[in-house]
Amino acid sequence: MPDCIYLHYTVPGDDFTRAGEASADLKLRLKKLGIPPEAVRKVSIALYEGEINLAIHAHGGEIDVQITDDAVCMTLSDQGPGIADIPLAMSEGYSTAPDEVRSLGFGAGMGLPNMKKYSDEFDIQSTVGVGTTIKMAVHVD
Amino acid sequence: MTISRIIEILDAHLLTEHADCSREVHTACGSDMMSDVLAYVKDQAVLLTGLNNPQVVRTADMMDMVCIVFVRGKKPDAMLISLAEARGIAVMTTDKTMFTACGLLYSQGLQGGVN
Ligand SMILES: Nc1ncnc2c1ncn2[C@@H]1O[C@H](COP(=O)(O)OP(=O)(O)O)[C@@H](O)[C@H]1O
Ligand SMILES: [Mg+2]
Repeated sequence: MPDCIYLHYTVPGDDFTRAGEASADLKLRLKKLGIPPEAVRKVSIALYEGEINLAIHAHGGEIDVQITDDAVCMTLSDQGPGIADIPLAMSEGYSTAPDEVRSLGFGAGMGLPNMKKYSDEFDIQSTVGVGTTIKMAVHVD
Repeated sequence: MTISRIIEILDAHLLTEHADCSREVHTACGSDMMSDVLAYVKDQAVLLTGLNNPQVVRTADMMDMVCIVFVRGKKPDAMLISLAEARGIAVMTTDKTMFTACGLLYSQGLQGGVN
């Protein structure tokens, strides 16, 4: 495996059915690279929740992935509405998702807590009216 | 129990052609909330749901689940089925309700798994 692999994905903001394509693709690649299944699972769930958030809360966004021998690092950035109260948004069960999102099976307010739970490093920066950037890393080994 | 056995017990109709139905599964969960599946499920192999959209397959795939049962006669569209087919996930539909389908599988030995 080369020293570092870079991947980029764009998550569309207007097509909820496509959210998850990036996580599914990354999952296959990590498996092929021989990354341990437990790490693959953590990356997949964390990134999938992130993708769903980009699609439902931020009108889409960008994902950059960096894979090294030690870790899978993911940066999710968007130019959506931003988050005013990050600790509140991070709490289990807090959600501003509308009913139509809930009828699609999401909006339980578990996305951000899940992303933090499944990643070994987690950082969120957000400015209202500007956008949100989330960095997550899952350690390999 | 095998996936074939699930089809028998639920009097279900298999929608994916190429799935391996001889696969053994031991645990299942039933939910219409994919967020909850992502948050609380661990190593369950079968997902029973009344929700019908592609995110059901995405969620099952992320959780390494191998079988999706649509209850109450829900019929997923061709796009969902081909997505599952590509992921090697068996998809079936049964007329039984969520409660009845879960009860039947549980009484035949399928477990809820750790939690
Ligand atoms: N990328 C984002 N841009 C703007 N707001 C966000 C973003 N991600 C999350 N949020 C806010 O944080 C809340 C909690 O997010 P999350 O835990 O994923 O739950 P859910 O997506 O189910 O609402 C969301 O309801 C939303 O208000
Ligand atoms: Mg979310």
